[in-house]
Amino acid sequence: MSNEMFLSANEAVAYASYKAGCKVASAYPGTPSTEIFETLARFSDTINCEWAVNEKVAMEVAIGGSMAGARSLCAMKHVGLNVALDPLMTYTFVGALGGLVIVIADDPGIHSSQNEQDSRVLARFARVPLFEPSNSQEAFDMMLEAYELSERFQVPCMVRLTTRTSHTSTKVDVGADFGPGHAAPKPYIKDVARNVAAPMFARMMRVKVRQRTEELRTYSASETTVNRIEEGDRSLGIITASIAYEYVKDVFGEFSILKLGMSNPFPAELVRRFAAGVERVLVVEELDPVMEEQVRAMGIEVVEHKTELDMMELNPGRLLTLRAEILGDVEIPVVHRADVGLPSRPPVLCSGCSHRGLFYVLSKLKATVAGDIGCYTLGAFAPLSAIDSVICMGASIGNAFGMEKAGHKNRLCAVIGDSTFFHSGYTGIQNVLYNGGSVTTIVLDNRITGMTGHQVNPGSGETLSGAVAPITDIGAVARAMGYQRVETVDAFDIERMEEVLKAELDADQPSVVIIKGPCRISAGLMQAGTFAVDATKCKACGACFKLGCPAIVRGETTAVGKRFQATIDPVQCSGCGFCVQVCRFDAISRIR
Amino acid sequence: MKTMNITLVGVGGQGTLLTSDILAKTAALAGLDVKKSEIHGMAQRGGSVISQVRFGDEVHSPIIHEGASDLLVSFERMEALRWRHLLAPTGQCLINDIDLIPITVSSGQQPAVTDLQERLEAEFPDAVFLDAISIAIEVGNQRCMNMVIAGAISNLTPFSAELWQDTMKNRIPAKLLDLNLEAFSRGRAVTAPAVV
Ligand SMILES: Cc1ncc(C[n+]2csc(CCOP(=O)(O)OP(=O)(O)O)c2C)c(N)n1
Repeated sequence: MSNEMFLSANEAVAYASYKAGCKVASAYPGTPSTEIFETLARFSDTINCEWAVNEKVAMEVAIGGSMAGARSLCAMKHVGLNVALDPLMTYTFVGALGGLVIVIADDPGIHSSQNEQDSRVLARFARVPLFEPSNSQEAFDMMLEAYELSERFQVPCMVRLTTRTSHTSTKVDVGADFGPGHAAPKPYIKDVARNVAAPMFARMMRVKVRQRTEELRTYSASETTVNRIEEGDRSLGIITASIAYEYVKDVFGEFSILKLGMSNPFPAELVRRFAAGVERVLVVEELDPVMEEQVRAMGIEVVEHKTELDMMELNPGRLLTLRAEILGDVEIPVVHRADVGLPSRPPVLCSGCSHRGLFYVLSKLKATVAGDIGCYTLGAFAPLSAIDSVICMGASIGNAFGMEKAGHKNRLCAVIGDSTFFHSGYTGIQNVLYNGGSVTTIVLDNRITGMTGHQVNPGSGETLSGAVAPITDIGAVARAMGYQRVETVDAFDIERMEEVLKAELDADQPSVVIIKGPCRISAGLMQAGTFAVDATKCKACGACFKLGCPAIVRGETTAVGKRFQATIDPVQCSGCGFCVQVCRFDAISRIR
Repeated sequence: MKTMNITLVGVGGQGTLLTSDILAKTAALAGLDVKKSEIHGMAQRGGSVISQVRFGDEVHSPIIHEGASDLLVSFERMEALRWRHLLAPTGQCLINDIDLIPITVSSGQQPAVTDLQERLEAEFPDAVFLDAISIAIEVGNQRCMNMVIAGAISNLTPFSAELWQDTMKNRIPAKLLDLNLEAFSRGRAVTAPAVV
């Protein structure tokens, strides 16, 4: 009997982990992977699930779970794997005891990330089996298979989603027997040669990894049912995986297809058999030509084409262009574009966002600002234009210090959010202090991980499963390290912020300044009040426009017609009062 | 049945995602294969939001080809123009009669569109315009605007009102349900095809 639900692949991953009897689960949020653990939290009666402080720790916790014999899960977005790669690269040598599944969500097309990278390359690099579901049902089924495989071959397994699969919902049959899984934990093994990756043991492990990879290659070529040939017109044979498979079915549906649900280790024998049975081989994959290069390396000829497929998100339209090029039997529909010249809708800091005041001040102080990743990255855009650079989580502090060392002469600071500070800010501020820098690190402390949809963090006083947690005091951490100059300022007090920042940016010693103010959405303050502009007092000076608040809207022009008075949209205003503080003519006041 | 492609567009915070979720689950309840795909993330507040629903006997790609949407539902007037290229030549368009001024315009960085109505009429000569916000306010809460729109969508999809209401009952918290059901019925009534 079937038991159907309507789930995104992210949700399916969580449901499968529950059914597989996962016991230890650790992750750090990141679009498009976040909903996996938000869903998993519903099962916290049987799964110990948590938001770790970063992906490396998440990976280490999941590895610990696996070493102790429990089925374990770890999830992150693609760039998270860069952070977590170190423990993975060695646990792949040690090998799993309890099944360990690592779910990575790539973001082809950079919908919500700082870069585009293809995690399949890292799966090969780490020599771990890789599953690539094309839809939610496959995500569910492959997760179950991955837990089993991990235990059978004692290897961590990777499941790769992409933004499109993560955020597409389809029907999923979770099975009539759906419920909490009871996978028996494997008995813990105390064995140095097995668990201690010191050189003498690691050399032995290295040899075992080679052997394991070949056994897994046999599994992927002849045992698993997720790799399958779908017979069709043999004049063309298409090798494909992941979401690309779905597009191939729509655009090249009549041809023979080799669908690889498990693409690493590459099932060479199966590929050879498939290639031998078709006239021409075409490889269709999203992002890097990972499969195509392996097929070519086997000496198999692959259809060459000019249609570019190796970056950004694929879609059926791009495959149609490919088909028009290589088969010439389809017309590309003329697409009617009417969007030329429409004003854009970029994301903006919310009305009332506690980050806004800082950027107003830094912009005024003309500081050089090494930025970081979070909602506050939006402080880089006009009219705030306060942030100079953004690289990766935690980079702001080291980047600012490097600029100082390079002799950059200006007021210099790093701006970092609280979740990002907990993720990878500690080491940065310690390095500045230890190596004699004078960088001011400004922590935007809104007590939540805003950007990814308001997940709790060590500053929130609560855990993923809703338990009360101690609150980490960032100022106390800095003082304990040896920082002499540590200040805490109310995020909504612009005057005080300016005074403190001027002093700290100009000081010769390093400092940490904590800007404290709650995220307006998570604190439920989006309707906390409304302000209005008195048109008889507004001199159209434009000071409030510099806040870049979505509620402050251009009004009437002045008599000269060059400048505009301000008005406040009562629907959007959330009553933070920043505008009152920057108005020199007392033209703005609270009406609710 | 032939696969039906529906694209819903709007601005973050308007409730497009709940509407597409209810649409997709209604199709699932009807026993069809369904895919619902949405792009959020950076678009959380004030950005353009797009979500796509495809249903039929067997659905593969979750993304709808450009020029292949049988129905384009725009929760905001300008967004209809922005996504015009997704609509099929024979497709229908449902436009919520509301303007949300983008920050790029309200802050003076980009010029406003002054001929919006003319352009909409030229691009979508057969569009159904719906003043969903006024209806929602009459019903008692402007936040159920999205269910007024769902009611209008229901006239253009092959599912019974009962099936839609069943999905809503499963999806919407009990204390808001009656309000939302009322909003749905009103949206369905005002756009009901005239009986000839
Ligand atoms: C390595 C890595 N992990 C996760 C993310 C996803 N991500 C982007 S910003 C962010 C956290 C932002 O939280 P915080 O620093 O508190 O700032 P806020 O958004 O609340 O202003 C996360 C987790 C990422 N970009 N890189």
